Parts: sequence; C-alpha cells; structure tokens
Amino acid sequence: MSNLTDLTISETLRKFKAKEISPVEITKAYAENINACNKQYNAYVTTTIEQALEQAKTAEQNYMNGTNRPLEGIALGIKDLFCTKGVRTTACSHILDNFIPPYESTVTQNLLNDGALFLGKLNLDEFAMGGSNETSYFGPVVNPWSKEIKLVAGGSSGGSAAAVAAKMCAAATGTDTGGSIREPAAFCGVTGIKPTYGRCSRYGTIAFASSLDQAGPICKDVTDCALVLNSMAGYDEKDSTSSKIAVPDFASFLGKDIKGLKIGVPMEYRVDGLNPEVADYWDKAAEILKAAGAEVVSISLPHTKYALPTYYVIAPAEASSNLARYDGVRYGHRVEGNGLDELYISSRTDGFGREVKRRILIGTYVLSAGYYDAYYLKAQKVRRLIKNDFDSAFQKCDVILTPTSPIEPFAIGDKKMLENPINMYLNDVFTVSVNLAGLPAMSLPIGLSKNGLPLGMQLIGKAFDEETVFKTAYQLERGANFVRI
Amino acid sequence: MPVDNDTVRRIAFLSRLKVDTDKLEDTKEEFNKILNWVEELSEVNTDNVAPLVSVNNESLALRDDAITAGHNAKEILANAPAQEFGYFVVPKVVE
Repeated sequence: MSNLTDLTISETLRKFKAKEISPVEITKAYAENINACNKQYNAYVTTTIEQALEQAKTAEQNYMNGTNRPLEGIALGIKDLFCTKGVRTTACSHILDNFIPPYESTVTQNLLNDGALFLGKLNLDEFAMGGSNETSYFGPVVNPWSKEIKLVAGGSSGGSAAAVAAKMCAAATGTDTGGSIREPAAFCGVTGIKPTYGRCSRYGTIAFASSLDQAGPICKDVTDCALVLNSMAGYDEKDSTSSKIAVPDFASFLGKDIKGLKIGVPMEYRVDGLNPEVADYWDKAAEILKAAGAEVVSISLPHTKYALPTYYVIAPAEASSNLARYDGVRYGHRVEGNGLDELYISSRTDGFGREVKRRILIGTYVLSAGYYDAYYLKAQKVRRLIKNDFDSAFQKCDVILTPTSPIEPFAIGDKKMLENPINMYLNDVFTVSVNLAGLPAMSLPIGLSKNGLPLGMQLIGKAFDEETVFKTAYQLERGANFVRI
Repeated sequence: MPVDNDTVRRIAFLSRLKVDTDKLEDTKEEFNKILNWVEELSEVNTDNVAPLVSVNNESLALRDDAITAGHNAKEILANAPAQEFGYFVVPKVVE
C-alpha cells in the first residue's frame, strides 16, 4: 500500500512502533484528504486540524520515549453529538449551532486518554433523528460510493461512515439509537459496532432516546473496531446506566475459532421489499460461516413486525422529554418573544428542523394524559416481548445473522422517502429491535450490488457477548474479502 | 382514534412549538398517518406483560451525597444568549 490513509489502525500502530511512519506524517495525509474531499462529501462540519497536528507532535515524542498509549497518534473524526471541550458541538441543529461545551464527553475523553487525536466534528442527522443524514442543518452527507447521482451516506452517523470510507480519518465515533451506526456503515462499505447498552458511557453525548442510545466506533475493518471500542467502553460513574461488567480486550477474540458455533437466521426477516440481491448475499454470508465450521440454524423472532411501531413510540417519547431543555435561555439559539412562553416557542420553532419537531410532537402526544397507556405503556410492554423473543432465540443459537438494511443506498432527495416519513422509518427494520433489546450488533460489508454499491450484513450477539460478535465478524470479513474504496 | 386540529394545537403548545395555521392540516394528516401505523401495536396481547423500562439489569448505583462539581458559573454562563450580573436574562415574568 502506497497511500498512508489506506492503512488500517492496526497496520498504522505497527508502523508507528517500528518508526516506519510518524503520527505527524499520517495526520497531514488525512488533513490533505479532508481539504481535497470535504466540499464534495460534506462529512465534517467543523475541523480541528491544527490542534490535531499539535497532538500528533506529542504522539511522536511519546513513541520516541516509549510512553506511547494504545491509540497514540491515531487520527479520528468525532460525530458532532459528542461534547468536545472548547470545540463547537451542534448535534447538526440550528438550535445548538453556536454551542461550545465547557466539558468533554466520557467517550471522547477515554479516546484522548489513550492517545487518539481528533481531526474534527462529523455531520449527522439533526439530533441523530434520521436514516439518511438529510435532516442535518448543515445539509446531507454524500456517499463516497456515489456515481452519477449523489447518494445518501445513511444516517444518522452519515458523516462518520463517509469520512471513514473516503479516508478522511482513520476511524470515527458514532452513536446508534435505532441503527445509526450500522446503517450508514453498511451504506458506505465500512464496519461499525453498536455495543451492548451500558458498555459506553452516555455522559456528554447529546441525548436523543436515553434508553436506546449507545456509542460505538465506525472503522475500516473488524480489527479496528475492536481497538477503538477497547478505548471507548468502560464504566463511568457519571452515567447511571453505564455497566460495571468488566470490559474484555475485544481484540483478543479476533481470529478465534468458530467451529460448532450456532448462527441463527430469523425467518421473520425475509420481509416484503427485501432487495433480492441482499437476500442472496445473506445466503452467501451463511455459507461463508458454514465453511468456517459454524452451523446455521433457523430461528424465530415472532414480534419482529412490531419493532418499528414500538420504536416510533418509545424513541419520540424519550426525545420529547430530552429535547425539552432547549428553551433559548441557558444556551443555544434564541429568538426573543413577548413573555417567556413566546420566547420558548419562537426559539424552539426556529431552532429545530422538521423531522425533530415531528418527533417532539408525536412524543408529547404519546406521553400526554389520556394517551399514555394506549401508546407509551403499550409500547413498553411490546418492547419486553421483543426482548423475550431474543432471549428464546439465544437458547438455540450463539449469534444472529441478518442483513443490515433491506435496500442499497438511495439518492439524496428520493421522492418516495421524503413524501411519507414512514417509508424512511422502514429502512430500520433490521436494526431497531437490537436497540429495544439492548444487544450488541455489528455491520460489516459483504459485497457490492449490481449497481456497484456496498451492502452490509449484521451480526447480533447476546448482551455483553461482544466476543461472539467479534470472532464471527472476523471470519465473515475474511470470507467476504470486501475491497474498500 | 384520529386527532383533530384542536389536538394538534394543544400538543404543539405542550411541546412549546408553533404550527402555523396554514400547516395545521398537513401536520394533522402526517400525525394521523404515524398514529395509524403505530396502532398496529394494539393487536398484540400484552396481558400480564410488565413494561420494559430499561434493559439494564444492574441496580442503580448509590453515591455519597457530596458536592463533586460546581463553582463554575462563568463557564456555565459562557453559552448564554443573554446574561447580566452572573444571571441568565429572560423576559419579565412578574408584573
């Protein structure tokens, strides 16, 4: 490989340690790619390249002194949903477009503590609400795989997936509430994992739906996901839902044997509208795992069809509550009004985009007196049934294999997606159940469609069993032999 | 149960959002489309099913009732759209 930015993190670290390349050199190479491509892809909304180069110099010193940390000198992009001290953090919303956090999120602090450096903040759907990155106040991200027509990068972590695919960073952070790491990773031909709920602290990550939100990395390959997640994860007393269960070395699972492992294939996921090419690749993925010694078993997740409606009650309900804090008083966008209520209403109406307002309204409705039981409580009960489905399925199998998305990346401004919000919501059909049940799941590229666009496969594990996800993904990646851009 | 214009207006006020009069019909229609869709949940038998509030099985941690942060009013006010004498400024609420 001649180009420095083609290197994975594991390869880069090896070359850093062997003093074959330097952190400054590779950070400059990523910065050049950002300068050359960001106008085209709109992945970064803020860049911090000077700061990154300063950090790269420190990293270089640390390699010289032998005091290098696990991710020393690795250049990352950060989804603009993570608060970064002194660096504008917007959630890609007008209401926060001038917000400079006075504190650092735990996840980004963990990465900094391990020696990583940040090239800037990455585009996302406004407040992570969307599946195509088209709801961003800063405009949509363009998928680097686009040919004549500009395609969506997926969402909500569209900037993260596109930046990794276009080699504008070594890896990126993402967050996943209903598929926001996995779907864009699939659309951009890169690899992303949403760990078990509670693995990564939510402290300092701008909240969307707190019982579903979970951070994770988007990387060039499975190995890099293990290395970055190692740094991101860990108990944090600042997040009451962060787990005290010990975080293993995820990289230690890579290359482990999967002989005799049971791979569950849920029959309910053969949905109407499943792209036939996606279905074929699903079979191919099962074949690859069989060839590696695993056994494929059919499983049932009977409440699958209710996952989306459940999600679209619970997520907006939590969002309406979380977003109540944006009132134009203490921080964020403010539009003056006659009296306090008018100030709130004007600031929020002007500051939030259409999809965010839609979800706040729905969320407020399902939580309001008279409707709470019929919608919100009902959805929470169905949520338990969905989780129970997974518990039963995992009696029969060790890991579940599904496609990540039923379709390939679509055009920016696609009429069908925009005319009815539900059409967009349906793209999350294979990913939302995982958040409702709090399970770990990874998306990795399996191959190209006949249109030359990447398609992703998803591996779902038991809670806190990222081990099986990682070792299975590693074998699948080997068999798929996907070629990145 | 489809919602009417009055409900949309009421929910908008509860949300502290404004729906312009000319957007009211569209908003109502969109609202009903989504509610109609989530209505599917009513066909699921959830008798004797406890609501799942959190997937986290660990009990919430208790901590000492001690001050761990504070004394940073300046930092907190740094992002305020309007401030004076160390306070956030809002329109007059008491006549």
